[in-house]
Parts: sequence; C-alpha cells; structure tokens
Amino acid sequence: MRTILYLIRKEFIQIFRNKFISKAIFAVPIVQMLILVPAITFEIKNVKLGIIDRDMTSESRGLISKLEGSTFFKVSFSTFSESEANSLLHRNKCSVILQIPSGFGRDIGNANPAKLLATIDAINASTAPLSWAYLNGIIRDYNMDLITENISTNPLVPLPQIQITNRYWYNEMLNYKYYMLPGILVILVTAIGFLLAGLNMVREKEIGTIEQINVTPVRKYHFIIAKMVPFLLIGLIDLALGLVIGKLAFNIPFEGSILLMFFCASLFLIAVLGLALFISTFSGTQQQYMFIAFFCMIIFILMSGIFTPYESMPVWAQDFNLINPVAYLMRINRMVMLKGSTIHDISRELYSLAVIAICFSALAVRRYRKTA
Amino acid sequence: METHVITVKNLVKKFGSFVANDNLNFEVFGGEIFGFLGANGAGKTTTIRILSGLSKPTSGEVKVAGFDAYRQTEQIKKNIGYMCQKFSLYEDLTVKENIILYGGIYGLTKSLIKERIAELLAKLRFQEYENRIIADLPLGLRQKLAFSVAVLHEPKIVFLDEPTGGVDPITRRQFWEMIYETAARGITVFVTTHYMDEAEYCDRISIMSEGKIVALDTPENLKKQYNAATIEEVFIKIARPVSLHPHPPAPFS
Repeated sequence: MRTILYLIRKEFIQIFRNKFISKAIFAVPIVQMLILVPAITFEIKNVKLGIIDRDMTSESRGLISKLEGSTFFKVSFSTFSESEANSLLHRNKCSVILQIPSGFGRDIGNANPAKLLATIDAINASTAPLSWAYLNGIIRDYNMDLITENISTNPLVPLPQIQITNRYWYNEMLNYKYYMLPGILVILVTAIGFLLAGLNMVREKEIGTIEQINVTPVRKYHFIIAKMVPFLLIGLIDLALGLVIGKLAFNIPFEGSILLMFFCASLFLIAVLGLALFISTFSGTQQQYMFIAFFCMIIFILMSGIFTPYESMPVWAQDFNLINPVAYLMRINRMVMLKGSTIHDISRELYSLAVIAICFSALAVRRYRKTA
Repeated sequence: METHVITVKNLVKKFGSFVANDNLNFEVFGGEIFGFLGANGAGKTTTIRILSGLSKPTSGEVKVAGFDAYRQTEQIKKNIGYMCQKFSLYEDLTVKENIILYGGIYGLTKSLIKERIAELLAKLRFQEYENRIIADLPLGLRQKLAFSVAVLHEPKIVFLDEPTGGVDPITRRQFWEMIYETAARGITVFVTTHYMDEAEYCDRISIMSEGKIVALDTPENLKKQYNAATIEEVFIKIARPVSLHPHPPAPFS
C-alpha cells in the first residue's frame, strides 16, 4: 500500500512538472466544451429551397410566402428552368426544389386536386426525410387554410378533426445542446483516460525507466494502480470543469445526483484506463500505441450512441456495445443529467460498467510483464 | 569457505534460433567483485538480465541469492540492485525525489529514507544538487547517483551493466572507489565493462565470446596463463570473435 503511494506521488510530480501536459489537461475540457456543444447539432434550420413557380398566381405566391415565413426553409433561388434548378441542386446551392406547375391556382379555384413536385437532395439519408416532413407539414397547413376558407363560405358543414396535444418530456424546448452536452462530457473523459495513461506507460518503455522498475520487487498491480489513480483524478476534475462550463455557458439542467454521476464516471475511467494500459503492454512505441488507441476510441465513441440512436443500430452492433464502456456512460450521463434517473434506473448500466472495469484492469495487470 | 551467491549451470538463452548464452557455467562468491567481460554482442547483457530476473532462461539451472531464476524472480528482485547500461533514473525527478521513490519501492521506512538521503548527499558531495532534476546533472554524477540508488536497500548482490561508459577518468576512479566500498560492506558486485584497467580491479573476471565463457579466473592467473602483461592483451587474444572477421580488412594503399 505504501509503495502505491510512493508511485502515485511520482506520477503526479511528473505530470505537473511537464509544462505542456499540466496546462493542457485543464485547457482541453474548456476548449472542447465551448466548441463542440454549440457546434454539433442535428437541428434542421435554414434548408436551402429552390423554387420553380410556373403558375405565378396569388395561390402559388401564398404558398411561397408561407414557406419563406418558416424557420426551416430559406428560399435561396427562384427560376423557371428545370435544368438550372437541377444544376443548383448538383452544386449544393440548394437542397430542396419545389415545382409549382402552371394551373396550380386554377385547380385550387376549381376545387380540383392541385399538383406540386418536390425534389430533395438525399445524400444525407437522415436529413432528407426530415426536410420532406417539414415541407409536407407547411403545405398541409396551407391546404388546411384553403379548406377552412372554403368551409367558412358554407358554415353548415362541420369539419371533423382530431386534436392532439403533445409534451416533450425532459427537454421541453427540444434544446439540442442539452442532448449533446452530456455526450461531449463522455468524449472528454474518454480522451483523458485513453490517451494520457497509455502514452505515459509506453513512454517509460521508450526511455527505459520501466526496466529499473521491473527489476525492483514492486508488485504488478501496484504499478498499474499507480498509473491509473492520477489520471482517474484528472478525468474527474475535467468532468467537473466540463459541468461547470455547461452550467455557466449553456445553463444545462442537472436533474439527478452529481455524486451518482461521478461514481459512474469513476467506474468508467477505471475501465478505460485498464484497457489503455492493456494496450500499452503490447505497444513498444508511442506511435504504435497512438495508432491502436485512436482506432479503439473512434469505434467506441461512434458506436456509443452519441450521434445515432442506440436502438436503431444492427443487433450485432448492440451486442458489441455490451463491452463498450463509452456506450454505458453515454446513456448514464444523459439519463442522470436530463431525466434525473436514480441508481435503480441505471443499475444495469452500472453493473455492466463495474464488470468491464474489473475485466479490463485485470487484463492490464495480467498482461504486464516484469519478466520477459 | 566462501558461499556462492550466484550459481549458473548449463545456462542457455535463445532468441528464436539465435543463441545468446551458450551453455554458461560459473559461480560468484559472496562479497567479491566479479568482472564480466566480453566484446559487444557477446551476450553479457542477456546474462545480466537473466540473473536479475528480467528475463527467463531457456534452459539450465540459475540460482541468485538462493532463489531460482525461473519461478522466484520476484524474490531475486528483493535481494539485488541493478544499474543498467542506459541511465534509468527518472530524468524529470530531482535527486531527492528519485531516492525517495526507490526507497519507498524497496520498503524502507520514512526515517530510514531520510537518513539515507542525508548520508548519500554528504558522501557524494551532492548537497547542492538535492533539488535539481536529473536531466540537469552531468553524466558522471548521474551514474554515481544511479549506483547509490541501486544499493540503497543494501542488497546481497548489485549488477552493474557498463556503469562507467562515457564517464571521464576521474569520475571513473571515484566510481570504482564506491564499488570497493560497497564490496567491503559485503555486497557482491557483478560488473560488466569495456575498460580493461577496470577489469584489473576485479577479484575475478570472466571473458565471454559469442555467447560462451572462454576464460574465468583472477586477473593475475589469466595474465600468467595467457602470457600477457595486461588484461587488455588477454582480452584481445581470446575475446575477439574470429568468425566475424575471417579476412582482415586490406590496408589503405
């Protein structure tokens, strides 16, 4: 036990004596939070709309002004040429083209079904249907306006309607920042856990100091624990720093227990540090380590459900996520911060994280060789 | 009369098909200064790594401080000190911090560590360097410090792998004074070197060539046996691997 303390002390001295690292570990979370939280959003806003109005009636103009009035669309081009419109779509100058054929106004006047054609750039398969849905909604509104106008001339016929009231729970204003911030915090903690400890270990190999340690009677798990503890603490400090920034800069709500969140983050950090140190045992150089660690980190983060809904991943991907610590903390953070979930609500995630933490750390200790 | 602190019988170490240590047999007595000589690549470092528990032998019997080099490497490590060819104290820690760290690792008490620091600093006239980081120290001082740290816990044996490489003659001399002092305290010193004058200071020396021990005796006896005035002559006569240079390079015309 005393040995661990001596080793931890050494790690801390080394970390804080390194002028660059000692500053970077505090600067990174600030920069990351301030840049990523406002930047990463899937909100659909200002979709560039091109319009081909061959009708030029008050009805067609009414529809266009309705579209212009919404925050979802920005009418960026008006043209009469279909080929010009197609080329605009081709050059990313607009994402949706709406064609209003001549006779649109006349058909409405005659109570014939009027026709419209929408062409949507569907390179991004998730935004395309959304753009369509918004466009559809606006046109339906316009349609409804027309119907009610006609009905009012004949008030004896009642219009059957279903009225739905919905409420968005946990994030009533649909604020995307609230959704992303807990996820960005996870990325932050992941990077600290994955990169620093592993590189630190491999660096000792490169300089040769690890040989001097290996020739002492120090126990393997003492050495591994001493490599974990400082970065575990730094990770938690960065998490706290990130939360403070979230509160000050984005006024993020925190519904659940902060203590619970830090407890989960500690388990998570042990898991990630264990994996990082495990990888470091078979990396001879920092370059090798970076390559493997970066690869793992990308997979873990992208599969964690930070951008994409966990439930829509293929089954094998969901199975993989059983050993992905990032996926667990991603869910836990969002649940605890936004829903105020308690320890019972997240017990499954919590147990899984604990098992992963134990397994990865045990692997790191087992694989670390004092005698080649 | 004297006890063996190291016993090596038929030691073989192979890396793939390469035989680094080819059937070594020797003993080292308690308290002696044992010089372990050989040309570069003769296999000295491999042997030292096996003796200090960093590497496992392929076959043969190896006992260090009474412990087996296959199964009891951690017990061996408790009883030895090791100072490697490459300087390996932490360069970003100060003199004092390094001593505290290794003192702590070897389980010395706090007061004992404090005592040792004061003792060491006084002995090495190091006081002014106490709070300097190692990277700022000249090589000679570093090597002396590394040696002192290697025997901080009063081990039975200390392994020194080319401890004086690149060090100036005055510091080398002081270093050997430290070695004598250490041996006088009863600590066995197992040292490799390329300086043949240093070999003369050893109680006994062995000379390795191409993974084999080709000579082992006191410096006096070896000189007599090979009819040489110095150990350097003995070394050149027997340690040069002939197979590497079948034809001497042609002289410049």
